[in-house]
Parts: sequence; C-alpha cells; structure tokens
Amino acid sequence: MSGSVKIWLASSFMLALTAAPSLASDRPFNLGTMATAEEVAGWDIDVRPDGLGAPVGMGTAIDGEEIYAERCAACHGDFGEAVDNWPILVGGAGTLDDKDPVKTTGSYWPYASTMYDYIYRAMPFGEAQSLSHDETYQIVAYLLYMNDIIDDDFELSHENIGGIEMPNRDGFFLPDPRPDAQPANGEPCMRNCDVPINVIGRARDIDVTPDQES
Amino acid sequence: MKDDKTLNTTLSRRSLIGGAAAFGSVGLANAAFGTTSNPENLPPNVSEWTPYLGAGVDANPYGMPSPYEEHVIRRNVEWLTASTESSVNFTPLHELEGFVTPNGLCFERHHGGVPEVIPSDYRLMINGLVDRELIFTLDDLKRFPQTNRFYFLECAANGGMEWRGAQLNGCQFTFGMVHNVQYTGVLLKDLAREVGVKPEAKWILAEGGDSAGMNRSIPIEKIMDDCIIAWAMNGEALRPEQGYPARLVVPGWEGNMWVKWIRRLEFGDMPYMAREETSKYTDLMEDGKARMFTWVMDAKSVVTSPSPEKPIMQKGVHQIRGLAWSGRGKITRVDVSLDGGRNWQTADLHGPILDKCLTRFTMPFEWNGEEMLVQSRAMDETGYVQPTIDALQAERGLNSIYHNNAIATWMVNKDGSVDNVRLG
Repeated sequence: MSGSVKIWLASSFMLALTAAPSLASDRPFNLGTMATAEEVAGWDIDVRPDGLGAPVGMGTAIDGEEIYAERCAACHGDFGEAVDNWPILVGGAGTLDDKDPVKTTGSYWPYASTMYDYIYRAMPFGEAQSLSHDETYQIVAYLLYMNDIIDDDFELSHENIGGIEMPNRDGFFLPDPRPDAQPANGEPCMRNCDVPINVIGRARDIDVTPDQES
Repeated sequence: MKDDKTLNTTLSRRSLIGGAAAFGSVGLANAAFGTTSNPENLPPNVSEWTPYLGAGVDANPYGMPSPYEEHVIRRNVEWLTASTESSVNFTPLHELEGFVTPNGLCFERHHGGVPEVIPSDYRLMINGLVDRELIFTLDDLKRFPQTNRFYFLECAANGGMEWRGAQLNGCQFTFGMVHNVQYTGVLLKDLAREVGVKPEAKWILAEGGDSAGMNRSIPIEKIMDDCIIAWAMNGEALRPEQGYPARLVVPGWEGNMWVKWIRRLEFGDMPYMAREETSKYTDLMEDGKARMFTWVMDAKSVVTSPSPEKPIMQKGVHQIRGLAWSGRGKITRVDVSLDGGRNWQTADLHGPILDKCLTRFTMPFEWNGEEMLVQSRAMDETGYVQPTIDALQAERGLNSIYHNNAIATWMVNKDGSVDNVRLG
C-alpha cells in the first residue's frame, strides 16, 4: 500500500469520525461539474437595478434611432406608439391613476436596468440575444430619450445604467402580507346574506367569446 | 327567445364536435350528450361495435382519447394577444373529473413559443453567491433524491378579463388558466446544498432557456421550503409546452414564476427586478401605485357544471361539480349558493385533499326549470375566505388585472342554458 493511499484512507477515516457533518454539508451528492468562468459569462446575462451584471458597452439615443427603426419599429412603431396589439413603449406619463392607464417603459417601468435585461435577453421577438451590447445600450437610450428621461446625446453605459432615475421608481410597494377583502368577522355569511342579486352584466351580450367549434 | 336560440346552437355544435360528421352517425354523437340515440345500437339489439374485431394493440402506440372526445381541448382567445407564441390557452375544466389534469390539457402560457430542447444538450447552471458554480445534466438531476408531489399551477392573470364585468361566456375562458399535476423532481434545497449557498444570498433568479429568457426573482425562504426542479408530470416526461426537459415548481405561487425550460439559477443578495416582476405581474391600484411581489395565489373555486359550456338538459336531480384550490394550503370547505349568494350550503369535498392542490367538490341539487344564480366560495386551512368581486374591487380598484380570485356567478336560465353574469 503506497503512502499516499494510506494518507487518503487515514484522512477519510478521520473525516468520517470527526468531520462527517461538515463534509456532508460541503457537497453531499458530488453531482454536476464545476462551471468555468467562460461558461458562466455566456449564460449570466441578467442586469440588476444597481447595474450589477451590465456588460461593458455604451450607446446614445442618436445612435439608437436607426437600430430601433430597423429591429424594433415593425411591432412597436417608429415612436414606441405600438402597432396592433404589440406593447406600447413610449408615453403614458400621468395616466397610472386613470380609468385606462397606459403602462410604458417611461410611465411604469421602475428601472432602466430592466429594459436592458429584457431587450437583450428576449428582443427582437423571435431573434433573442442577437443584439450586440452596444446596440442594446443604444436602443435603451433611444427609449429613455423618447420618454423624456435622458437627452439624445447621453452616453448610456454599464457605468451609469444603474443610476438612471425612472419616473415611476417609487410607484411600487409591498402589500400588507395579511389577506385583503375578508369578511369583517372572519366568518362567511350562510343565511339571508345581504348581497346584490340583480344581473347587471352578461358575458353573452358583450359577445367576445370565441366560437367553440373545433 | 334568445336563450333558446343559443342553447340550440350549443347543441348543434356539440353534435359536430362529437365526431358526427367524421364518423357518419349523428345518433352516436348525440347519445354521448344524452339526447337522441340510434335505436339499432340499444337493447335488445346488438350494438354495431359488438360483432366485429376492433383495432389491435399498437394501433395507437401512444394512446389518445376517443374521437368522440375531440372537443375536449385547450382553447385560446385570439384577440387577447398579438401572437400565438406569446399567448395563453385555457384548460377545459368543465370537461374534467377528479383533481388531476391530463398532460395534454394543461393550459399553456408562453412568452417566446415552445423551444425544442434536446435533452442530451440540456444543462442547468447554478451560479452567483455559492461556494461552487455547478452545471448539471438531466441525468445528474435524476440522481438526486427524488420528490413526487401534486400541485396546482395557476396563472396570476386567470380571470383577469373579468375584473370589470362578465366578459367571456365560458368556464374554460374565465377559470382555465389553472392545472393540477403530479411533479417528479429534485427539491431545490438539495441542489442548494450541493452548490453551497453563501450566507449573504437572499434571492434567486430563475431563468429559462426559451426565446423569452423568462426570468423571475424568488426569495430564498421559498427556495429552501418546497420548490422543485421537475422533469416529469403525471408520471411521464414534461410535455414540451410545460417546460421539457425541466421546469421550476413554486408551489402555491403565481404560475409565471414556475420557469419552464429552466437553464440557470443565480443566487444573489437582492431581487433582480426583471420585466415580469415590474412591468408585468404587478397589481396597479386606483391611486396609481402598484403592488409588487404578490406571489401567493389566494383561495378560489369554480363551478364546472353547470356552467356556460355545461347547460342543464333535463329537470330533476343533478350534481353541482367544481374545483377549489389555495396557494396557502389545504382547502377546508366549499360553500355553494343557488340564489346569488343569499343562502349557502356546504358542498362535499372529495379526497385526497392535498396542500396547494385542486380539490374536487360536489353538491346534489334538483332543478325544476327555475332560474338559478350559482356561486361557489372556497375556504382554506388558514381561515381565508374567497371574496366577492365587490369586496375585491373595493380593495384593489379596477386596474389590477392579476389575482382575481373573486366568486363568479353562473346564471341558469329557464331553458337550462347558462350565462356568465355579474351581479350588482
């Protein structure tokens, strides 16, 4: 028996005696392979609100106008006004408390980082992750400019995307974790309950239900 | 009379859907619906399928439903979305029994279509605030200790079209963004032990390998509680449209978080604020502020029969049939009203009654041709009571879109047809 095997056996024995719990917590199943830095870099594409993860790059709205027209405008319109049923990207400021709020990147999205993250990972629709990092910064800059958030020559980059102040940054809150809309005494009414029972609307009259023939 | 006309239309549609045209026997199709039958197939005659040999084994190597059930399918609402690749369809709840949803009928919600993932090329990467950044193959995942659990999955937008009023006239279209299957997979806490999560990690980003790169942040407490990376549903590999070869299972929480075709989990110390948790899946209140991180699917129930697709065809004894579920735990009680919520009776619950799982309920009733306003109201083990739409609107206004778990009303008309209605 070679010395190294003896040492291995001895150390295994010692581990079994003294360090088994910590060994178990270290890597209990010994499954999977270590990811290389290159592998992680290729897939770790998310960008956080503080800018963590933003890839090195830069773009201005002036640069972005052309790439936006080429890659985005067919669905979202030249000015972010949307075509058909596709999402509107520009405008809507001051409408969030209206009867029909217009939720756009400018009026609703709380972080510019989310625009980068989403556009790079999912846009153009059907051509995911085909934009370069500079092109993505340019498109985000164009949308921020169209929403009056930055000037047209502002150089949006990995260094400042975490610091962009979005108009609706403070528009979100965490709800009270307790359930809402509950009966006052916690018990639902069972008899002679005081509820309205007049029919005030019928889906049939609205007539937007799809035909259900095969 | 308008109601009569609609009911007749429904009947003729069902005759077609039931395969009458394809199989040349109107009588058969209607027999399934309990109206008319071909007397030559009825006692004392020998039915036409009896004298001859039927199809042999392997006629359908992967078995399919009877052709007379071909109307039992997922359906979408075309005007809802701009493309079918970023769209949704609906589970035909009104045609299902028990509490298991067949795999082929589980509703679909995709944001970039269904990718065709090659299982031998599938990888799950775990990176970020961990001791070891690891990559797992599908076989690696299957070597971990296994868990098998039934859970419902409901889209947060289920019923979203009904916030302002009764809009779609169907149980399928108003409640069908839910399904319930048994998942087989590995608990995320076992994967977390394998990579060694650093103490400062508080969140995980789950990311899909689809064309939408679907990504959501989930707090670590939930990850370490009951989340699963699943590779099977109802005993077979995940269907492509449900995330083949592996998806995230986030029991009781909104379906958007159950990332399909999952390729990466990143541990971090703050939420990532992805598009789907900021611009979408946030609930806009009347004052213009929006609720964020409303993950739990509160208790809800639906009467699946009678319903707009399941009119009452005969006077006499019938069964109210329905489903209830809660993201907070087990269903403990379902009450049913036939008079619009004035008076309630407690329905029978059918086991197994499982945590965060669809639960079947029934209640017998006798119909004598009168109008009825049918409602159901679920309660769960935390004491939560399914609210009325008025109570929900009073709290959240009209622009919430998501998390509409209000009691719905089906109006049974005098001719037995059923309408989705709003009371006020």
